[in-house]
Amino acid sequence: MTRIERRFAELSQAGRKAFVAYIMAGDPDRDTSAAVLKGLPDAGVDVIELGIPFTDPMADGPTIQAAGQRALEAGMTLAGVLDMVREFRRGDDITPIVLMGYYNPIHAMGVDRFLDAAKDAGADGLIVVDLPPEEDEELCLPAQAAGLNFIRLATPTTDDARLPKVLQNTSGFVYYVSITGITGAAAAQAADVAPEVARIKTGTNLPVVVGFGIRTPEAAREIASVADGAVVGSAIVKLIGEGRNPEEVLAFVAGLAGGAHRA
Amino acid sequence: MNDLFNSFMNAPDEKGRFGIFGGRFVSETLMPLILQLEEEYERARTDESFWAEMDDLWTHYVGRPSPLYFAERLTEHLGGAKIYLKRDELNHTGAHKINNVLGQILLARRMGKSRIIAETGAGQHGVATATVCARFGLKCVVYMGAHDVERQAPNVFRMRLLGAEVIPVTSGRGTLKDAMNDALRDWVTNVRDTFYCIGTVAGPHPYPAMVRDFQSIIGKEAKAQMQEAEGRLPDTLVAAIGGGSNAMGLFHPFLDDESVRIIGVEAGGKGVDEKMQHCASLTGGRPGVLHGNRTYLLQDDDGQILEGFSISAGLDYPGIGPEHAWLHETGRAEYVAITDAEALEAFQLCCATEGIIPALEPSHALAHVMKIAPELPADHLICMNMCGRGDKDIFTVARHLGFEMGSGA
Repeated sequence: MTRIERRFAELSQAGRKAFVAYIMAGDPDRDTSAAVLKGLPDAGVDVIELGIPFTDPMADGPTIQAAGQRALEAGMTLAGVLDMVREFRRGDDITPIVLMGYYNPIHAMGVDRFLDAAKDAGADGLIVVDLPPEEDEELCLPAQAAGLNFIRLATPTTDDARLPKVLQNTSGFVYYVSITGITGAAAAQAADVAPEVARIKTGTNLPVVVGFGIRTPEAAREIASVADGAVVGSAIVKLIGEGRNPEEVLAFVAGLAGGAHRA
Repeated sequence: MNDLFNSFMNAPDEKGRFGIFGGRFVSETLMPLILQLEEEYERARTDESFWAEMDDLWTHYVGRPSPLYFAERLTEHLGGAKIYLKRDELNHTGAHKINNVLGQILLARRMGKSRIIAETGAGQHGVATATVCARFGLKCVVYMGAHDVERQAPNVFRMRLLGAEVIPVTSGRGTLKDAMNDALRDWVTNVRDTFYCIGTVAGPHPYPAMVRDFQSIIGKEAKAQMQEAEGRLPDTLVAAIGGGSNAMGLFHPFLDDESVRIIGVEAGGKGVDEKMQHCASLTGGRPGVLHGNRTYLLQDDDGQILEGFSISAGLDYPGIGPEHAWLHETGRAEYVAITDAEALEAFQLCCATEGIIPALEPSHALAHVMKIAPELPADHLICMNMCGRGDKDIFTVARHLGFEMGSGA
């Protein structure tokens, strides 16, 4: 059982919804980013998504792209991201960390080397945006074999015929992208999301969390109430981009977590 | 040997792979669209009425077939191989780009899409897309790096005249690859009504194969025309490569012809060395995954994509079509790099000896012809793709030659 699976089992038992927070590793610099990362569990974050910076984040909006650029300019690398995970694990052995990013930095490191290093550092799962089920042999299957969860995105364009293929090699949880679009764009409506979550649940027993377009504690509550959890990324990253200090960022995160947990 | 050569024509496989290259590395939102496109393209490809419509437009709208022209004075000047130019710069809109755009727009119409998006570097693909959209009354949005919008002002104005909306891209570094990122973001947001018309033999499957098929008209014509002129196959093919669509179009019909030497010419910028001021993905890059496919990329040790550098905005892309990556690795084609300075020299020689002002892209191919032709015998036939005309580049060239043009650009 991975930390992710354990965490969702506990939440389910307690009848609570998950709050998932995304930050970009190394944004705006390693120390600030590490301080935010360290404070996320106490702010109420159940699962951490840690972004791997990439020069060409095609599925992300301007907020996440700018965060990646800041991180890269400050010298962050994939090896550096894994190093941050390792450091975090010295103080927290229970909060799951999902590494989220694009395939090329992993491809450049080499899949086997990356999986060994990620496992060794204490990462629990991967979300790799540009690896659909059609490319499962690249990383998804080797990751599962190495004991890491591979979390797939399901989207409004994933129709009923395709859904089984998307769910087939998914583990940990399913991330439902609530809109057709990029991160940080339009807001999702709980009324639109609810039937989609129900549709996904007909094909899997995995928890379904929903992200994209959630910015406020109230929106987090509404979305979490129709799913197993809510993800917030751009709204948090935007504050970091505005130069807020880790305490201010974590206070905002705590508000969002509170919203999701009221669901 | 025959089996091996046959296999060059059979790629890609059902997963869209050319050897290890190609594939479908896109987000889940786009995946169903890519699969639908593949299905629709397969249906169109085997439908005679689709090709009949293409042929009619190629003939009466584009002006095909483009001539295969014996460059007599250039041949004399270089004093070796006999040089033929495939005159795709004479096409409507001044480059090979429209061959592919017509195919994709006809496909978009079959799929009932009403909005076309495209990325462009030098502006040639953007102009071709805007042109065909105007011809069919479709809404057209072109993403272009902010830096390119500035250095290719005449093409920006052309696109606007043709009714296209040109969106300057400032995300990332504001270059061609960023324009492609933003086009993909648009597509992911407007999945239902939008068709993404990619300008080169790159992107997720089926784009590399589909664009190649549309551009192969160049090689098919060249083969028949050379047969008529010389009664045999050419000995050497030479074409410039950014993403590689004009080159793939010329090369593909000849891949089975063992005797034909195939040379792709990449943009060497200021030189292919550790300073990386070039766009020579095959000569100076290594395999990676970007924009939906695995191919050779300019990247650092961490897998971060580097900016290309070239005098030619049309070659300024840090990747290359996956089929070229495969032809490179199998050794079926050779790839070389030509510097900005060499391309400028070829540009001027072509103007002076043939009365043809070439685009900076084929000037790279010509610069390589200048290197090899003098060493080859007089009965050696070179066929070079003159894939674009130089009107768009005269401001850039004037600046490099220190000629004052006033405020024309």
